[in-house]
Amino acid sequence: MPRKTMVEAIRDAMDVCMKRDDNVVVFGEDVGYFGGVFRCTQGLQQKYGSNRVFDTPINESGIVGAAVGMAAYGLRPCVEIQFADYMYPAYDQIVSEAARLRYRSNGQFIAPIVVRMPTGGGIFGGQTHSQSPEALFTHVSGLKTVVPSNPYDAKGLLISAIEDNDPVIFLEPKRLYNGPFDGHHERPVTPWARHALGEVPDGHYTVPLGKAAIRREGSAVTVLAYGTMVYVAEAAAEETGIDAEIIDLRTLLPYDLDTIVASVKKTGRCVVVHEATLTSGYGAELSAIVQENCFYNLEAPVMRVTGWDTPYPHAQEWDYFPGPARVGRALKAVMEA
Amino acid sequence: MSDQKPLSFHVPAPAVRPGGTPDFSDVQISRAGEVERPPVDVAPEKIREHAYKIIRVLNRDSEAVGPWAGLLSDAELLEGLRHMMTLRAFDARMQMAQRQGKTSFYMQHMGEEAVSCAFRKALEPGDMNFPTYRQAGLLIADGYPMLDMMNQIYSNELDPMKGRQLPVMYSSREHGFFSISGNLATQYIQAVGWAMASAIKGDTRIAAGWIGDGSTAESDFHAALVFASTYKAPVVLNIVNNQWAISTFQGIARGGSGTFAARGLGFGIPALRVDGNDYPAVHAVAKWAVERARRNLGPTLVEYVTYRVGAHSTSDDPSAYRPKTESDAWPLGDPVLRLKNHLILRGVWSEERHKQAEAEIMSEVIAIQKEAETHGTLHTGPHPSARDMFEGVFEEMPPHLRRQRQQGGV
Repeated sequence: MPRKTMVEAIRDAMDVCMKRDDNVVVFGEDVGYFGGVFRCTQGLQQKYGSNRVFDTPINESGIVGAAVGMAAYGLRPCVEIQFADYMYPAYDQIVSEAARLRYRSNGQFIAPIVVRMPTGGGIFGGQTHSQSPEALFTHVSGLKTVVPSNPYDAKGLLISAIEDNDPVIFLEPKRLYNGPFDGHHERPVTPWARHALGEVPDGHYTVPLGKAAIRREGSAVTVLAYGTMVYVAEAAAEETGIDAEIIDLRTLLPYDLDTIVASVKKTGRCVVVHEATLTSGYGAELSAIVQENCFYNLEAPVMRVTGWDTPYPHAQEWDYFPGPARVGRALKAVMEA
Repeated sequence: MSDQKPLSFHVPAPAVRPGGTPDFSDVQISRAGEVERPPVDVAPEKIREHAYKIIRVLNRDSEAVGPWAGLLSDAELLEGLRHMMTLRAFDARMQMAQRQGKTSFYMQHMGEEAVSCAFRKALEPGDMNFPTYRQAGLLIADGYPMLDMMNQIYSNELDPMKGRQLPVMYSSREHGFFSISGNLATQYIQAVGWAMASAIKGDTRIAAGWIGDGSTAESDFHAALVFASTYKAPVVLNIVNNQWAISTFQGIARGGSGTFAARGLGFGIPALRVDGNDYPAVHAVAKWAVERARRNLGPTLVEYVTYRVGAHSTSDDPSAYRPKTESDAWPLGDPVLRLKNHLILRGVWSEERHKQAEAEIMSEVIAIQKEAETHGTLHTGPHPSARDMFEGVFEEMPPHLRRQRQQGGV
């Protein structure tokens, strides 16, 4: 089976969807002729023409606002925000428009759009190229929020997202584009070509939205993770020798309650990890879900390992990033509690 | 630099406040018939003055004059008058219904009826408006059932929006009326996106975006103009300058640019100003802009110069910020009265017929209102269920919403 990087898998998903459906269009800053700053749309304009793949002015609200109008017409725009850190000008269009259009018009108009954006840190991008704003989307009714962690899922989830009739925020952990980064920044990353989840079938397949995957089975503690933190958690489990069960949520909303609850009931312990800041982060929701559904099965308080409540720093990146050592300490702490 | 005077801060203010004598002497009104009608493929730089003058057809003697006159037949003008009178009667009843507690909120069109009623008649079936909350004339002039409008305002059991939206936030795909958001300016760039989609698909349909003078200050106005200009989108971008953004006079949004239409010039978008209280002028300019879009010549920016006679909404009291008699002093008059007088001059209308039509229209509106009220008003009678509240957030209800609905006991 062909091996692909996550960038290639994401590009392949758009290619597959554009081939199958003339209504799929792709646009954003630098995505046309150049193929995107991360190369996710490379070659698509040459293949499908500038009618369907094109560069836009630097105006995120314009990109998403135009996409909402196009979707109302009947297209399926899959747009790119160059970095999740740049999505704030588009937030009104996402929250007040795309997310509510179906509801407020009683289904007369819908917004089947995908807003792709690279998320997360680990590339020395400082505060404007490293943020993880997923909680700003999961807090909004009417949006689906997806965070893939590997090439196979990225392609299957993106195809699902493009084919979905509701707006989907598709957050691509940029540190995973080339390999499963586990937080050990001092070591080279294994390329996806040498990883099982780098195997990406040709053609059309989907990974359903709303379904988590168990990345590592274990009996001692459940780790709820997504994106880059899946590999950080794997490294922490290996390094501490704690038999953690690692759940890759894949879709943050709608979330896979059954998988989460079944795992925590089995292990009796739970650690929630994400790169985003702690307070009011998505981990707070996960923690509450576990408490509400698994309280009588818990042997220890739910712990969170996250980015600190500071802006994402530059020089202190590895002090900020919740790496395997911090996750490992949390695993030990819940085991000792 | 010690000889420099200190800087001073500039905050524009209207010429007159409550208690003062209304004064519109600084509003430069072009003579009816004065502004030329260029070919639709004119280069925008050739018609820069159109962004500063005001295209007018009906003069002070109620004659239709100049190059923009003569596009509408007697029957079409009579129909236009009827639409405006219907909107006015509808407004009067709904305003009163809100005061009677039958709904929470209402926004009337008094003084601005010509803008949306006349514009609608320049469009073709399949074209799409992205309106604000003060363009219900688009629906009335297109024959959208008034009963559905009232059901929406009352949030009753037949409300097409199932009680989810504030009154007047209508939506009708069939009548080319995009769902009103209530957030300002967001719909402007969406109209451009819809128009881009039509061009991408090689369709023949065009879009129209709507915005108020105050909301042109929003970033999405700029986004819309950039995208429309860059992609030559088949869209008519309408600015309804009714002089007031709630309590804020138009000078706060306009700044030093002279007119709102002039904002189009920097984008290379042809920009025209038109007398918004002059039904044939609004229609003629709309036709011109719509034809440009349809012929793939790109966007047009149109500023309708009008005056918001009523309050911003039923939650607003204009006597707190402008002279009570200011609307009487508005130099462009009343759109219904002006078209009525023109039709009388043409010999196809009379005071008697007008009075009779007013009574007829009002009794029709009242009859529809009575019917609507049999289906409930906001606080009494049948209305959408709490169960409806959970529907339609997504195409399929996700498990977390299903659980919440169960918790809510519905």
